[in-house]
Amino acid sequence: MSSQLQTGSNVKHKQVGRPLVRTDAPGKAMGKTRYAGDYVMPDMLHSVVLRSPLASATLKSLDISEAQALPGVVCIITGKDLPEGMAATDIPGQTGRKRLDTDSQILVHTRVRYHGEPMALIAAETKAIAEKARSLIKYDLEPLEGVFSTEDALKPGAPQVQGKGNIIGKHQVRKGDIDMGFAAADHIVERTYNTQFIEHAFLEPEVGLAWVNEDDVINIRVSTQVIEHFRTIAEAVGVPHNKVRIMGAMVGGGFGGKEDITVEVFLALLAKSTGRPVKMVYSREDSWFGHGKRHPYKITYRTGVTNDGKVTAVKVDIVSDSGAYVYLSPYVLMYCTLASQGPYRVDNINIDAVSVSTNNMYTSAFRGFGACQAAIAYEQQMDEVANVIGMSPVEFRRKNYIKTGETTCTGWPIESAVWTEQCVDQAMQGLGEPTKPSGPHIRIGRGVAAYQQSYGRLTWLHDTSECWVGVEMDGTVVVRSGVTDIGAGQTSALGQIAAELLGVNLDQVVIYNSDSAVTPLAGTSTASRALYMTGNACKNAAMAIRERFLTRTAKEFGVAADQVDLADNKAFVIDEPEKSMSLRELIAITATEGIHRSELVQFNAPFSDPIDPETGQGRVHPDYAYGAQAIEVAVDTETGEITVLKSVAAHDVGQCINLAAVEGQIEGGTVMGLGYALSEEMIYKDGQLMTPSFSEYLIPTSMDTPQEHKSIILESRSGLGPFGSKGIGEPALTPVAPATANAVADAIGVRVMDFPLTPEKIVNALKEAEAQS
Amino acid sequence: MSELKLITLKINGQEESLKAASNMTLLEALRELHHFEVKCGCEKGDCGACAVLVDGEAVDTCLMLSWSAQGREITTLAGLSDGENLHPLQKAFIEKGGVQCGYCTPGMIMASKSMLDKNPNPSMDDMRVGLSGNLCRCTGYTKIFEAVDCAATEIRDGGGE
Repeated sequence: MSSQLQTGSNVKHKQVGRPLVRTDAPGKAMGKTRYAGDYVMPDMLHSVVLRSPLASATLKSLDISEAQALPGVVCIITGKDLPEGMAATDIPGQTGRKRLDTDSQILVHTRVRYHGEPMALIAAETKAIAEKARSLIKYDLEPLEGVFSTEDALKPGAPQVQGKGNIIGKHQVRKGDIDMGFAAADHIVERTYNTQFIEHAFLEPEVGLAWVNEDDVINIRVSTQVIEHFRTIAEAVGVPHNKVRIMGAMVGGGFGGKEDITVEVFLALLAKSTGRPVKMVYSREDSWFGHGKRHPYKITYRTGVTNDGKVTAVKVDIVSDSGAYVYLSPYVLMYCTLASQGPYRVDNINIDAVSVSTNNMYTSAFRGFGACQAAIAYEQQMDEVANVIGMSPVEFRRKNYIKTGETTCTGWPIESAVWTEQCVDQAMQGLGEPTKPSGPHIRIGRGVAAYQQSYGRLTWLHDTSECWVGVEMDGTVVVRSGVTDIGAGQTSALGQIAAELLGVNLDQVVIYNSDSAVTPLAGTSTASRALYMTGNACKNAAMAIRERFLTRTAKEFGVAADQVDLADNKAFVIDEPEKSMSLRELIAITATEGIHRSELVQFNAPFSDPIDPETGQGRVHPDYAYGAQAIEVAVDTETGEITVLKSVAAHDVGQCINLAAVEGQIEGGTVMGLGYALSEEMIYKDGQLMTPSFSEYLIPTSMDTPQEHKSIILESRSGLGPFGSKGIGEPALTPVAPATANAVADAIGVRVMDFPLTPEKIVNALKEAEAQS
Repeated sequence: MSELKLITLKINGQEESLKAASNMTLLEALRELHHFEVKCGCEKGDCGACAVLVDGEAVDTCLMLSWSAQGREITTLAGLSDGENLHPLQKAFIEKGGVQCGYCTPGMIMASKSMLDKNPNPSMDDMRVGLSGNLCRCTGYTKIFEAVDCAATEIRDGGGE
């Protein structure tokens, strides 16, 4: 609703920071924007996927003869047609080296490992024919004993999901001396927190269109966060890397769910087999099965604390459910591990984390990438510990905030500003006077949560991003970058950066993005990295042109280059603005003299070697973001119903590029976090999905938005992004769910340890508490 | 696959014909006719992404059969403006940051239009209820409420339509 902006320095920008209309907004509001599913081609086939109805089974036979005989069916592909049919589900890297053993079958050969696993692909003249053909495929699945919980999967003799042991990822951290730390404690508080499977629920289901051109290049127009998957897709279908071209489109929401490959390999196989364009549009039902979910985590904290509120030692044990395939689970586990100290100074900390295979749906990236689960645990634990020592949650936190120069749990010093204290205090103040209960059964509660969260990818992934900027003869600007735009304004931000530096308006900039063949590769729109990485590449490219322009302007007016500036389509002397020329004139001069008006830049993140596997010590992230969320709830003790009355988010974003877009990320993150805490759960019973629709899987509606919804945006200008910015995409979400849980516990005096906090669990917790007292 | 029948739909004031099976939804028909501004999110009436106006009422087109839409006035997002002069709702969604990924936007704007046609001065509670059939995963709805409120003011002041 309202937002406040607080800035750490007096630097004035012309374009950056303003709430400008995003370049992508008009097309979307007029219905002109074409998403991947809105493309059609002559001769195009339609395709569907046959999925396993069982979670653990052996495929004894698959008979496609009747389906193949149906008029209009053009191609059916099964596992038998793909003897080598494997695809790596590893993180798209940039060093060309394979990182983890994550190959998984593209289509079921004989073993089904999860409910919904693809068994066959069907392409036909119409979608109706493809669907009919799917129903005509006969198969014999023999049920196999599966494992559906991490506890069962870790038992000796448990069925093996992938035949290599059920532990697919492990991380540990050893810092300081926890025995000494616990010995120094007055209290030791141990609690276990459980989180649930959740679903990204982007509004646009997975979709793509593929065709093979005259050079045998497989072109795929697809809704994705990562066009760099072209390499994995090429290897999966057995063609050279330069024979696959991925083109994105505006993405109808990603949130990590379009970080892995979805329909691309299927489409590449079908287009290559048929020689015709092939479209695949996932139904919502396909989408529940078609991408990895957020991992359920079981996280146990054992915290040593003194009577005066100093944390002396922390031991964390983490178990995550990776589901049937590896995908990004080991990395998500690692992020959770490294986030689990929170924004607090902990000198003595040991963390042990494992990720475990089961026959549940596979799990992978989701906005927050393990850091959300960590925050749900460490921020509830902070309140629990504060409660034990009889201190207010804010006061207890204040005694333990980590500060600039102190080290993370991996022993790496924090370089950027740490404004956690300001964020927590302002978020709490922003709640204002407590709301009065509206009836005798209503209890009001307040909670806060803070975080320390990385932005940018792991430093040992050697992350890079490219951007090209050019100035046309009429002063308009072209930006080319592979960055995908998943709705957060990734492309518009590049335009705003280029406009700032080249002295033009945002509406003079056109941004071409998301094409692996013709736009310079920018890396993924994940890990809150797009602005940090591609923004820097764009800034450096625009800066190079700017410097050439300033040099030439200075020469024209006989002054030094630091005495001239570009703004409002003019080049001028700062102290003598009458000495000026139009940008167009300057461009004509540079063109006449052959001065280069474009630049391609690669921005490199800090690089490091992988951390020590025994101690977890070393550099892992480029930098961290800090902030806090305060929530006020009303809980009806008779029905268990929770109403979110107020939400105040306070984040240090480093520097806003677009104020409205930053507010949008924060408000959207808040409401997504409320769904995480209160209503969302993908329920699997023996691996079978029980919640396959939006009437069973409940994401927040307009009725669930907080009645008061504020953002406080702080700008320390200490980030590694352009103009000192940090990433905000993921941090906006991270503190919301734990703040909500803390507010609920504050309201009712007991804590529900298992997410989501449904009315039923609230009522049961109150009954138990009553029985005990 | 059922029998195909030639049907004519009146979409944004223009008559358009296609061959439709009896089970073809209005959503499928509109997209078949390349009205790609109508989005498909769930095909179950849960998300509202496919909403258009049918005789002035917001309708989830995935729940209406194309045959039953014959003879009725269908207005999609693209029919709200001539491409130059935007509807106040479109302007407000653009200016207030009511658009992020944009996939819910066509349905959201049409549901907002239907709401404002009936209630030109909606309270916050009216908006919360009136838009509850349209899911948005990006914005948290707050900027959508601001946009609708801003458009309502402009329309009441005679600036729109």
